[in-house]
Amino acid sequence: MSPPLLTIEGLTKAYPGVVANDDVSFDIKPGEVHALLGENGAGKSTLVKMIYGLVRPDSGRMTLHGRAYAPANPSDARAGGVAMVFQHFSLFDALDVAENVALGMENPPRMHDLAARIREVSETYGLPLDPARTLGELSAGERQRVEIVRCLLQDPRLLIMDEPTSVLTPQEVEILFETLRKLTREGVAILYISHKLEEIRALCDRATILRLGRNVGTCIPRDASAREMAEMMVGSAFAAPERAARETGDAALELTGLSLRSPNAFGASLKEITLAVRRGEILGIGGVAGNGQDELLAALSGEVRVAPGAVRLAGRPVGRLGPGARRRLGLLTAPEERLGHAAAPDMSLTENALLTGAERENLMRHGFLRWRRAEDFARRIIERFDVRTPGPQVAARALSGGNLQKFVIGREVLQRPEVLVVNQPTWGVDAAAAAAIRQALLDLAGSGTAVLCISQDLDELMEISDRFGALNEGRLSAIRPAKELNVEEIGLMMGGAHGMEVAHV
Amino acid sequence: MLRLDRRPQPSRLWTLLTPPLAVLVTMIVGGALFAALGKDPVVAIETIFWEPLFGEFAFYYRPQLLVKAAPLILIAIGLSLGFRAGIWNIGAEGQYIIGALCGAGVALAAYPSESWLIFPGMVLAGALGGWAWAMIPAVLKVRFGTNEILVSLMLVYVAEQLLASMALGPMRNPEGMGFPGSRNLQQYAPAHNAELIAGTGMHWGVAAALIAVIFSYVLLNRHILGYHIRLTGEAPRAARFAGVRPGRLILFCLGASGALAGLAGMFEVAGPAGQVTIDFNVGYGFTAIIVAFLGRLHPVGILLAGLLLALTYIGGELAQSNMQLPAAAVQLFQGMLLFFLLAVDVLVHFRLRWRRAEAA
Repeated sequence: MSPPLLTIEGLTKAYPGVVANDDVSFDIKPGEVHALLGENGAGKSTLVKMIYGLVRPDSGRMTLHGRAYAPANPSDARAGGVAMVFQHFSLFDALDVAENVALGMENPPRMHDLAARIREVSETYGLPLDPARTLGELSAGERQRVEIVRCLLQDPRLLIMDEPTSVLTPQEVEILFETLRKLTREGVAILYISHKLEEIRALCDRATILRLGRNVGTCIPRDASAREMAEMMVGSAFAAPERAARETGDAALELTGLSLRSPNAFGASLKEITLAVRRGEILGIGGVAGNGQDELLAALSGEVRVAPGAVRLAGRPVGRLGPGARRRLGLLTAPEERLGHAAAPDMSLTENALLTGAERENLMRHGFLRWRRAEDFARRIIERFDVRTPGPQVAARALSGGNLQKFVIGREVLQRPEVLVVNQPTWGVDAAAAAAIRQALLDLAGSGTAVLCISQDLDELMEISDRFGALNEGRLSAIRPAKELNVEEIGLMMGGAHGMEVAHV
Repeated sequence: MLRLDRRPQPSRLWTLLTPPLAVLVTMIVGGALFAALGKDPVVAIETIFWEPLFGEFAFYYRPQLLVKAAPLILIAIGLSLGFRAGIWNIGAEGQYIIGALCGAGVALAAYPSESWLIFPGMVLAGALGGWAWAMIPAVLKVRFGTNEILVSLMLVYVAEQLLASMALGPMRNPEGMGFPGSRNLQQYAPAHNAELIAGTGMHWGVAAALIAVIFSYVLLNRHILGYHIRLTGEAPRAARFAGVRPGRLILFCLGASGALAGLAGMFEVAGPAGQVTIDFNVGYGFTAIIVAFLGRLHPVGILLAGLLLALTYIGGELAQSNMQLPAAAVQLFQGMLLFFLLAVDVLVHFRLRWRRAEAA
């Protein structure tokens, strides 16, 4: 057995109020794919930031290549052969691929040589990439390749990847896995952070599971079931959402030839979107981030006005109406970004309950606010959706992501909408809260509401939706019954590998 | 090592405590400044803060306090609405001047009529004048996305030029022996904004300021419009999601602050100042910015802050005449007040902690 590449012993890091990592130990061997598994807030990010020199541990030791390793900053880490691909890319839209790669290097070679090396590396590892293209034109998958190629140019011995597949189509995931397998054959170790269990079972040799900052176990993912790993992550069993049989009625929401120019230069403009959502059904809209999801939500919430007939609610044109008027008619929405869009961070939960509840919950009379009723409404949301908070006077910012998301979804669900549109309803939410939110959406559809669920989480969409369509560069694919679809078809609906062949290296 | 830790939510206690703390720090540093100028700091601070209220001539200064505080409060209330929503009207001084010119214009045009309609007409004209002047940056911002800070500030200088030309030209007193300046409205009863109760300093402007405080309190705390103003300031995207139309809010906030500043100018020209002169404006429009922030953009806070700033004006003049402190030193003192308020504000959102340096 080969000696470990990186050994971690007793790493501890505390922030005011929380211990992010508590006495974490494990090791990574050369040529293995090691998964770091855990829910949001389990301490995965803090741990890899310590390995990459972004955060210094309070106590504990690391050993790399048999020598003591205590990186003071990321360039120390890179000098030691550690590279990292972040979940959020640090790339510049207006620069080309080669320039972006050069910006992240310690000693970039001349541009001409660099372009040649980028081609060489990208061909060797099956990551097709044209160094001369402007970054703004690239898909999320291609952007990720830029980050990976940048890391590979520095000959890393350990590559850290933070949730790399959250922005990829299934086909793109396959390309990525081929590349990672090729790297491990050359002896590169990969520390792979994710909470997608099937992926980890397909790719990883070993998994270390973190819960509340502690290492709660190691397992061989191929031998463990997804359910076992999930229970180790969460620490207890939890109920999977149940779907009751339900009947669908007439179309409650119809979009006809909805087109919308994106206000953002590199955003996706909506092109001729036509769909109908019937009462009692959940229509799932998948797609990689940045393919028109935010624009679609804005056109439905009323934040952006469109042609009157492009959006119809129970046959009535509402395209020109603002958010308040649409709410009165029963069209409610919950945007992806919780803080700053769905909720005001520094305002109390009572004030945030008023944000969308004013019209339907009778929280105002002749423009004057009825605070008592608003507070009652906030309390009802907190109670019904099990929002963990001391009370409705607490600022939205003080809630954890999962709790705030339950509040935001609960606020709309409790208003008994005719149509509910949600964007990324369980993004960054722990498994138990995600299950509760999905259950709420299923129950709502069961009571006759038409639900449109926009999400990048395919497992979620397959779990709750009756029919499925995908957004790709602002266009909507054909909509098909969810039960008939397999992963490959879904991937093709999402745009396949965005023009790339699956590489067989 | 001293460290700042972000609080999970803003501290209520410190929101209330920072203004008095800022006043205290200003007294200490200002005292040191006065000491460096060779004056006794304790006497100087006492002259500024104590004499006008409880000294020998307090009977004269106390009414002055209301007279000076009223325009500050009236303007600051208007400004606070916009500031809450992130709309920065820096040109209240200009709107104040235009309000005064319009108000005085009505009176001078009507002279020597004795109609009771003159004063209400002046009030209306004053408010409209200030509103119209503020509509210039508002419309430019909504239509063309210009920066309201720059446009409203630049318009102050335009208003000042207009004031000078009015005082020297169309509004000059025909019986004034060629001196610049309009007729004295104090001597024209239907247009005179006289004291409501003699000897108290209480004129219509003071009443208007108090009404504005109450209205603004109700608006911000009980009305959906006030809620939308606060929401826009806290999270503009969430405000749009709630249904706020940003353009309309800009028009409302700039319009309201302009109208209130115009009113303040009109009450001033018809009462304490009495006439349109070249140097009619004394900086109330700018000082009101300090008042608005010192009062935490809260109506009651603004009421107290307006009184405090009026006190430093009067006390400052006293210190100038009694102790020969330079005028600049007093202005510096007022500036310090805002400076220290903004500095100690960090305590509202952050906690100070002593912490040993992290081991490398």
